[in-house]
Amino acid sequence: MSKMVPMPSHSILPQRDVDKTPILEARLLGIDFGGLTAVDNFTLTIGRTEIAGLIGPNGAGKTTVFNLLTKVYQPTRGTILLDTKDTSGMNTIQVNRAGIARTFQNIRLFKNLSVLDNVLIGIHNSMDYPLVTSVLRLPQYWKQEQEAKEKALKLLSIFQMQDLAKYQAGALPYGAQRRLEIVRALATNPKLLLLDEPAAGMNPSETAELMENIRQIRDTFQIAIMLIEHDMNLVMGICEGIAVLNYGRIIAKGTPEEIQENPAVIEAYLGKRKEG
Amino acid sequence: MGAAIREKGDSGTHRVSICVSPCIHLYYKYRKGRIYLMLIVSQLINGLQLGSIYALVALGYSMVYGIIMLLNFAHGDIIMVGGYVAMLTIAAGVNPIFAVVLAIAACMILAVVIEKVAYTPLRSSPRISLLITAIGVSFLLENLAQNIFGANAQPFPNNKIIKTSSLNIGGVQIGVTAIVTIVVSVISMVLLTFLVQKTKRGKAMRAVSEDMGAAQLMGINVNNTITFTFAVGSLLAGIGSILYCCTYPQVSPTMGSMLGLKAFVAAVLGGIGSIPGAMIGGFAIGLAEVLVRAVGLSDWTDGVVFAILIVVLLLRPTGLLGRPMTEKV
Amino acid sequence: MNQEKQIPMPVRYLINIALLAICLVAGNLLISGGFISSYYQKILLQVGIYIIAAVSLNVATGYLGQLPLGHAGFMAVGGYTAGIFLKACPLTGIPAFILSLVLAGIVAGIFGIIIGIPALRLKGDYLAIITLGFGEIIRVILLNIDNVLGFKLTGGAGGLMGIPKYTSFNSVFLCVVITCFVIHTLIKSRHGRAILSIRENEIAAESCGINTTYYKTMAFVVSAFFAGVSGALFASYLGILVPGDFGFMKSIEILVMVVLGGMGSMIGSVIAATVLTIVPFLLQSISQTVADYRMVIYSVLLIVVMIFKPSGLMGTYDFSLTSLIQRLINLPSVHEGVAKKGDGRNE
Repeated sequence: MSKMVPMPSHSILPQRDVDKTPILEARLLGIDFGGLTAVDNFTLTIGRTEIAGLIGPNGAGKTTVFNLLTKVYQPTRGTILLDTKDTSGMNTIQVNRAGIARTFQNIRLFKNLSVLDNVLIGIHNSMDYPLVTSVLRLPQYWKQEQEAKEKALKLLSIFQMQDLAKYQAGALPYGAQRRLEIVRALATNPKLLLLDEPAAGMNPSETAELMENIRQIRDTFQIAIMLIEHDMNLVMGICEGIAVLNYGRIIAKGTPEEIQENPAVIEAYLGKRKEG
Repeated sequence: MGAAIREKGDSGTHRVSICVSPCIHLYYKYRKGRIYLMLIVSQLINGLQLGSIYALVALGYSMVYGIIMLLNFAHGDIIMVGGYVAMLTIAAGVNPIFAVVLAIAACMILAVVIEKVAYTPLRSSPRISLLITAIGVSFLLENLAQNIFGANAQPFPNNKIIKTSSLNIGGVQIGVTAIVTIVVSVISMVLLTFLVQKTKRGKAMRAVSEDMGAAQLMGINVNNTITFTFAVGSLLAGIGSILYCCTYPQVSPTMGSMLGLKAFVAAVLGGIGSIPGAMIGGFAIGLAEVLVRAVGLSDWTDGVVFAILIVVLLLRPTGLLGRPMTEKV
Repeated sequence: MNQEKQIPMPVRYLINIALLAICLVAGNLLISGGFISSYYQKILLQVGIYIIAAVSLNVATGYLGQLPLGHAGFMAVGGYTAGIFLKACPLTGIPAFILSLVLAGIVAGIFGIIIGIPALRLKGDYLAIITLGFGEIIRVILLNIDNVLGFKLTGGAGGLMGIPKYTSFNSVFLCVVITCFVIHTLIKSRHGRAILSIRENEIAAESCGINTTYYKTMAFVVSAFFAGVSGALFASYLGILVPGDFGFMKSIEILVMVVLGGMGSMIGSVIAATVLTIVPFLLQSISQTVADYRMVIYSVLLIVVMIFKPSGLMGTYDFSLTSLIQRLINLPSVHEGVAKKGDGRNE
């Protein structure tokens, strides 16, 4: 890979992150599906501990951006620098190991496994005992499994879910499933957490709680979080930087206040809401 | 092995002829060329004959897969049932033409019954359950036949349906059966293409295979369309069954399984769900099989057929004309 | 949960080991005492062999969630490896037998890699087809390889004859125990969870950083390894192998056991393998006609189970003696409706 020339960023990073290298830099990212451009010229910078929002009307390409960042789709154009490392040529697995974890819009839990097992699968790569150790149940197995279990329960306790550990994940109520997906993503030790509509299907009080939890996660783990959300209260309430996507292109970037006053955004997105 | 030995013998005479006289040598060369040409032509026709049967059967697999994403393992055994019905009705003294119609009708009815009883209740279940059910149905038919008719092959009265004589066309002996098989298959395929591409029914079939839910919202009767697809697929299987029994005049409980497997390989090879793909795949497998036999490796035929399948699947995971599958994230 | 009494791990192991030892000793006593005739011993051996085959297929089908249709091919590879090795090996007796079992497993495992790496690139139905193809190719090769090599290796259609018969109650019993133990401990480890996660949701597994290709291959190889062992036991039980023994039908027969028992349930596979192996003998002793309809009954059973209980008789439930005892101890505080856990717990 050729060395990347630093590019001026249009994004405003939170004051505390300005001096540090950004966790994510997407440059002129784009993807075509059979001649149709789904995302184009996507350029965005996210600070080390920033909570960023990605909003836009339905079908604007928000989830596609997540899929590009996590390499579920390989970008047709552009560069993704994760913690200054170029992720081109990496696949989903390698990107996760490099530090991006995500949740899914349509929940993708391991439904028939227990809540605990779901989180333990997230911890998988933090353990390193080999196959022989697990078959012979050597001390290393017990030690690492015990540590992993403790870590999993601790992560579950963020959402007060530690008592649900033995339940089957698919049997949980919808909101709890969404929260479990976040815990599972956190268990992979990410530097950047991508949340795809975390508040979907939640009532206002649950959403308010979730906002608190997201902030808490950022503060405890000192990671960056980027979320796609339609709930404007949540987005405007916790995001420090927001990017607005329409027809696959960023039409505005800025702080919540700037976004709320941006005429292009109002026309493309908020404006429609007011009419309705 | 036989052909290989014969080839060696031929080259031996060839070498001798060089010593004798250049004139005779030229004559031999000419004659040998002609013999080879005729051999190739007749093998080609054998391949086309077998291939068109595979194609007919493969179409049934392909259409059903296209519409409900099911590998209908029982399809091959429907062919076996068709063969038995034709044999038994002819033996009972029924007019052969009527017997053929009866056999094809039996195939269609059986397929529709299987679809209603075994597959419809599972339409919303995981695909693996549906596949296992299909395997179960296939097993059931095979074992029932074995228990009723015995495990041994029985002769099929092929000469009552198609004359077993052969025609001499340009020095090449071609069996009437071969000609009838190829012609009937091609006509069936043309009619099928017309049905799928030009009629309202065909449009409904294409719509359901594209998106079942959307088709339902557009007022298409999905259940009827699926049943119709099964019926058409097994109509072709019924025709294939008669042609197959006329080509290899015997019936046995397991005759459908290998034929089915090969036809199924043909469908996968061409790209399952694609009608032209099934035709191409059928002819390809038929020709390949005849070719393998012609070079004297008849023991390896099945192995070669499956090896071709594996190579094609690895190079093009959805077959030659299949559409790529993607999962929306 | 915390108030429940837990049986500590060493005690759990002791209970299970004690139970297995009792079974082993009881079995030996019954055989040496003449309570189990040689006819029933034969049935017992077959039960064990099929348990290993079913439990190993369950790794690929139940735990990994794929549908390989060529399991008999791996059994064939294992069987022929063991048979050829035992015939050629200068060693005799138990050491040769153990070596042949290990070798059979390894060679079958290698075939698992050779077949798995290309096959696992495909999904669902296509994987089923390609493994079916490989299984048939293995059969065709076993049938015809002698003609190519020009010397007797597999015996072709006539079969590989004169394999020393070492398979006994003890060896089958130990192999069953080892197979179940290894697969159980594998599934209860991080490796096993990775395999289960692929079954549950491959995209989510990848996004959790699970190397899906690696774990699919691992599951496939483990499955093939133990299929090879069961093939080896089969070889040394019959003394003669015919390629026809390992056709598509055999693969389906084992699949039926796994499916009926419940995909992903080891105890389900064990029970189904036991019942489905014994039932034909039972039917035969009642009447030959009924026995003739065995396969018909199987297939109807398969269809009916799929329609009414697609998850199989045991679902993904797994039995654990120690958990049962634990539950009995805690009976008053047992909290009904605790969700079933979808993983192996059978020892």
